[in-house]
Amino acid sequence: MSSRLMALWDWFDSRMPSVGEEWRKHASEYYAPKNFNFWYYFGALSLLVLVIQIVSGIFLTMHYKPDATLAFGSVEYIMRDVPGGWILRYIHTTGASAFFVLVYLHMFRALLYGSYREPRELVWIFGVLLYLTLMGEAFFGYLLPWGQMSYWGAQVIVNLFGTVPFIGETLALWIRGDYVVSDVTLNRFFALHVIALPLVLLGLVAAHLLALHDVGSNNPDGIEIKKNKDANGRPVDGIPFHPYYTVKDTVGAVVFLAIFCIVLFFMPEMGGYFIEHNNFIPADPLKTPEHIAPVWYFTPYYSILRAVPPLFNSQFPGVAAMGIATLILFFLPWLDRSPVKSIRYRGAYYKGALALFVVVFLVLGYLGVKPTTVWGQFGFDAFFLDTKEIATWAARLCTVLYFAFFILMPWYTAKDKVKPVPDRVTM
Amino acid sequence: MRQILAVLLLVPALALAAESGHALERAPIDPRDLVSLQSGARTFVNYCLNCHSAQYMRYNRLTDIGLTEAQIGDNLMLAADKVGDTMNVAMTPKDGKAWFGVPPPDLSVISRSRGVDWLYTYLRTFYRDDKTPSGWNNRVFANAAMPHVLWKVQAEQSPVQYDRTVRDLVNFLAYLGEPVGQARKSIGIVVLFVLGVIFVFAYAMKQAFWKDVR
Repeated sequence: MSSRLMALWDWFDSRMPSVGEEWRKHASEYYAPKNFNFWYYFGALSLLVLVIQIVSGIFLTMHYKPDATLAFGSVEYIMRDVPGGWILRYIHTTGASAFFVLVYLHMFRALLYGSYREPRELVWIFGVLLYLTLMGEAFFGYLLPWGQMSYWGAQVIVNLFGTVPFIGETLALWIRGDYVVSDVTLNRFFALHVIALPLVLLGLVAAHLLALHDVGSNNPDGIEIKKNKDANGRPVDGIPFHPYYTVKDTVGAVVFLAIFCIVLFFMPEMGGYFIEHNNFIPADPLKTPEHIAPVWYFTPYYSILRAVPPLFNSQFPGVAAMGIATLILFFLPWLDRSPVKSIRYRGAYYKGALALFVVVFLVLGYLGVKPTTVWGQFGFDAFFLDTKEIATWAARLCTVLYFAFFILMPWYTAKDKVKPVPDRVTM
Repeated sequence: MRQILAVLLLVPALALAAESGHALERAPIDPRDLVSLQSGARTFVNYCLNCHSAQYMRYNRLTDIGLTEAQIGDNLMLAADKVGDTMNVAMTPKDGKAWFGVPPPDLSVISRSRGVDWLYTYLRTFYRDDKTPSGWNNRVFANAAMPHVLWKVQAEQSPVQYDRTVRDLVNFLAYLGEPVGQARKSIGIVVLFVLGVIFVFAYAMKQAFWKDVR
């Protein structure tokens, strides 16, 4: 750096030293384990996508009209008449799905290496809160194009709140602001999508990172690098986040952006999964579409909702199961009783359970985008078969296994035969 | 409320029933074939744009498919004054509902909601049916409100010629659904190339910094 720039920095630093201090604390002197592997890209990439979504969202807001009579047309106006508008819009739609892909991979990393374990419980809790907020953000945003899927998806999800005993109808009415999803709903979802939840997301990201940097990052070996420090008090297996991981994450970001751009420029609809075909039909409150499927990232939970049979003519059990399926994530740090963190040193029980959980989650996701008739019917009848649809029963089995992964975790993680954990990380 | 949930749980079954109709044929369209797109545009303004609008599409955007504004004005603007106008029709949705039972849908993004294969098959599978108000019926879209608008064209042309007319029209509808479609792909190639170059430098930098980590 030239001496003049240095002098300018000194001038600044002497007046506001906290900028330099924070930089050192969170970047140049934040020691991260040196053995991060492929799975450790997705946190930084999620942050990148958050920035992409905020920036593209700001520009979309300049042209979008949150009005039931104008919304659909304003999206097409962005796609056709706003210079570069189509790029902004596709960035935002691709970004929404990419965000969930990254967050799911990021969460799976935590399951692989026990990143939610003591002392990182708060990191995990803020992470789950981020995930739930992101679901809300995605849900509110999905109404804005005001297509048939936007409209009926919102109608269905808001109606889920209507199944809550006693207060349900009032609650759903309060959320909608009307007896059906309408212009009023669109206006408030717009407000929630462009300002309320983004603020919550940013606050939670800050909390997630501060909590992480206070306790330090986990690593693929699940070893605490802070237990092994050199004479200067630096972890021997740690390297400063900057420049080591800033340059490494830059490579990851470029690879990610390449994949992102392949979708954005060559298959922005992603076969109807990122932008649903029916959403090119303007919302029509009088015409229910033949098949209402939520966007892919909600489908595992949607499957759970559909799988649970109604009780006393109420769908509430399904809604409750869906809610518990997400909330149970909060308890993960206390359900895991294994003496080791990383899958590298765990035994067959946890490995098997995690593998099965992944399969179950994917099957639930797949079934959620398909009609329940997708696998046909059983050829026989029995008194306990309230439905003969094979897919519904498969979803029920998967729902049970989904919950079993968590509920049985204290037992199978404690019983598991673990391997000895090394003192130093392995590269 | 409960009815809506019931509908939600029921609809997949209905969806399957509706899908089990006529098999869709693959639309042999080529978005780079400007002659085909121009021929499709001509068919579109002559036959579709009387009842159906394409209200998000501006006439002068058709310079994308190799036409000049003068050509657009002379040949394609049957229902508009200014070349910057959008493709609207005089028929109101109210009239449409009165005459056809449902207002003819806007066609701006019909290729993106229905898909080109559906459109290609639909426009080629009209048949005579005395039981419907229009005297026509359709194999992909049973009891469609739309009569066979292209019947005269089909009668005058050979089957091969008619298939080509429909192909050109569907090609145009695909363009209409996303006018930026072709430019999008060419820009994408440039962007990926730039990212490839950045990757080389980013990777070299990472390797340089990580030399001493083991």
